[in-house]
Amino acid sequence: MKLWKTTLAAAVLSLAAATSAFAARTDLTLGIVLEPPHLDPTAGAAAAIGEITYANVFEGLTRIDDNGQVQPGLAESWTVSDDGKVYTFKLHAGVKFHNGSAFSADDVKFSLDRARAKDSLNPQKQLFAHITDVTAVDPATVKVTLDGPQGDFLYNMGLVAAVIVGKGSADGNKDKPIGTGPFKLDHWAKGAEITLVKNPDYWGTQAALDKATFRIVPDAAAAVPALLSGDIQAFANMPAQDALAQLQSDPRFSVVIGATEGETILSINNKKPPFDKLAVRQALASAIDRSAIIAAASNGLGKPIGSHFSPGDAGYVDLTGVYPHDIAKAKEYLKEAGLENGFSATIKLPPVPYARDGGQVIQSQLKDIGVNLQIIPVEWAEWLSQVFTNKDYDLTIVSHVEPNDIDIYSRPGYYFQYDNPKFNDVIKALGTTVDKDKRLELLGEAQKILAHDVPAVYLFELPKIGVWDAKLQGMWTNWPIEADDLTKVKWTD
Amino acid sequence: MTAYLLKRLVIAALTLVLASMVVFAVMEVLPGDPARLMLGLNATADQVEVLRNQMGLNAPLALRYLHWAGGLLSLDFGRSYTYSVPVIDLVRERIAVSLPLALIALALSTIIAIPVGVFSASRQGRAGDTLAMGASQLGVAVPNFWFALMLIYLFAVWLRLVPAGGFPGWNAGIWAALKSLILPAIALALPQAAILARVARSALIEVLNEDYIRTARAKGLPYRAVLWRHALRNAMIPVLTILGLQFAFLLAGTIIIENVFYLPGLGRLIFQAITQRDLIVVESIVMLLVAAVILINLLVDFSYAIVDPRLRGRQ
Repeated sequence: MKLWKTTLAAAVLSLAAATSAFAARTDLTLGIVLEPPHLDPTAGAAAAIGEITYANVFEGLTRIDDNGQVQPGLAESWTVSDDGKVYTFKLHAGVKFHNGSAFSADDVKFSLDRARAKDSLNPQKQLFAHITDVTAVDPATVKVTLDGPQGDFLYNMGLVAAVIVGKGSADGNKDKPIGTGPFKLDHWAKGAEITLVKNPDYWGTQAALDKATFRIVPDAAAAVPALLSGDIQAFANMPAQDALAQLQSDPRFSVVIGATEGETILSINNKKPPFDKLAVRQALASAIDRSAIIAAASNGLGKPIGSHFSPGDAGYVDLTGVYPHDIAKAKEYLKEAGLENGFSATIKLPPVPYARDGGQVIQSQLKDIGVNLQIIPVEWAEWLSQVFTNKDYDLTIVSHVEPNDIDIYSRPGYYFQYDNPKFNDVIKALGTTVDKDKRLELLGEAQKILAHDVPAVYLFELPKIGVWDAKLQGMWTNWPIEADDLTKVKWTD
Repeated sequence: MTAYLLKRLVIAALTLVLASMVVFAVMEVLPGDPARLMLGLNATADQVEVLRNQMGLNAPLALRYLHWAGGLLSLDFGRSYTYSVPVIDLVRERIAVSLPLALIALALSTIIAIPVGVFSASRQGRAGDTLAMGASQLGVAVPNFWFALMLIYLFAVWLRLVPAGGFPGWNAGIWAALKSLILPAIALALPQAAILARVARSALIEVLNEDYIRTARAKGLPYRAVLWRHALRNAMIPVLTILGLQFAFLLAGTIIIENVFYLPGLGRLIFQAITQRDLIVVESIVMLLVAAVILINLLVDFSYAIVDPRLRGRQ
């Protein structure tokens, strides 16, 4: 009798295991904090647009992978002319847009010409500024001519704003995105969720998921119960805050801390006295204690940086030791600047936890050297107009999340108001250098100039806090670009 | 009655015009550029200018006001800068969440508050009254987002009876949609009920001390009948006033609860529009709300006349 029972139980169990193996889940609900204003990555800078659509709905000629490396995208291969000016892309055959129309070289020409046009509203328009001509040689071949060699060209063609849109459907992409990717938009309930479904006609490897829903969860306090109740199974980057330890100890979830391209910095208005004096900036750099800031502003998860460069990227140089935390030395620098009694300044903080929390720590740390900071909380809209556009600020804290953006210190009119001919030369050389080793050398040089000259105080690299169901595989660990690429995501059991 | 109604309507129209000017002026002085917000840090100044022209932001102030206000007159609320869809479509989607939610919460709060108020008033100063008023004090004091989170942990995470948040839309079925509105409605209703119960109690106590109540009792009417038929009806006017105010609040002032339950309601739309500087959305929705509040107040005025027949004869 007992044996009979055991056998039956075993049979039931193996049957259950077998059915569940065949019926692995194929739907996924992800939480995102901010709703995208629309879904056209070529017409808006909001990170949420790329998060949802990149690699899922839209594809570029090349694509950036989890490690920040350039991979073939819609172009299966390419050749570069000897002078580095002409790129000839060979396109994949049999690619179709979601509306059924065939993808061809004409669409590539259309997309690139649209992005670099005079009235273009592409948020990364300057990436296309060096293109002088785009020619559709035949339906499967595109020739792109540049005004000179471009070190970053293939990488740039893989960025979110460089995705290829359809000639006949581009104008409707904000509401009804038509791309070539493995997922297409099913519906968008404004304010609530955006649902993608598998594109059965996809040219490449089919996605494992049939359906992916991005649900908007604006409140950090709501994110945890949403995960615990199973309503949401993944946050690519979770506003976990204090609940992180709870989730880490829960075997039902994987908590994966990855890197982003977000250099979180104490930006300085370099033209505004007394910050125009190097010694004052050196005093700031020496007075701050990164570990305390990281503990308060990013749950201790951010990686300290000493220059404007992500520790995960090739060419990174650790410069966190250039100005070690040293109060006495900081006071000396102030004395050198003729400000031994300290001074007062303001710090404008945008409405993100890393800035608001980090700002308070920096305020108290600078008090130790006699620098009194008045904290002014601002909204993003105010930050953009007051700090970024009008340069009406002393100090601010912000994370620069664009990848490969060390060149911002050489942009004329940028809000740092930093102008260093030596640095500008390095960036100029970098722009036209294609050789890999030479590029890394120049990148290292650029990092060192910034670390020593302190146009901003470098705090930490923003972490990506991935939290998802432990049975889920294939989510990106890092954010070399802000994208939730779902092409390899699948459920295991 | 007609003259009274006419007078009220004229005042309402003037209020709307005045409100439109104030709303427009306030949004105008708010720092921030919607075009820059949309294009981000890497866009050039020229690009921002192109988009500003497209959005019509570079036209003179008076012209823009007239254009917008003129549109409102013909019920054209303009197009959202960020979503690039008509504002009225956005509002329609959000009202489908906010209006049912407000109505359920209001019904719940009334169902709880009136009996509690009557109970307390009829046992004034006794243990039951003290207990009920203590509870209502607690209801007023407890922060509703905390209360909402407790509800989520109990009913969604632990018991798994309802979803932790979100709104599947009415297309997903009435039951599924209602299920996701139950917890937020309770979270909204309880503090409102606490306030309402206190108002009902004090209004009722005042009425219960009136001479005609003693007369009614003296002529032999049972206490119950006096309480429910004579006293409560006369105590309804302050209760209705509060209900009107609460309804206006529940329609758009529920941003915190909408965030905790990630409901796509009107409050969140306004909040999002303000942070995105989607001026036209903010302006148009605020005007709609002003109109709604005026309408609710008119209805409350009329309902006074229903509960108090003496008011019908006046003016």
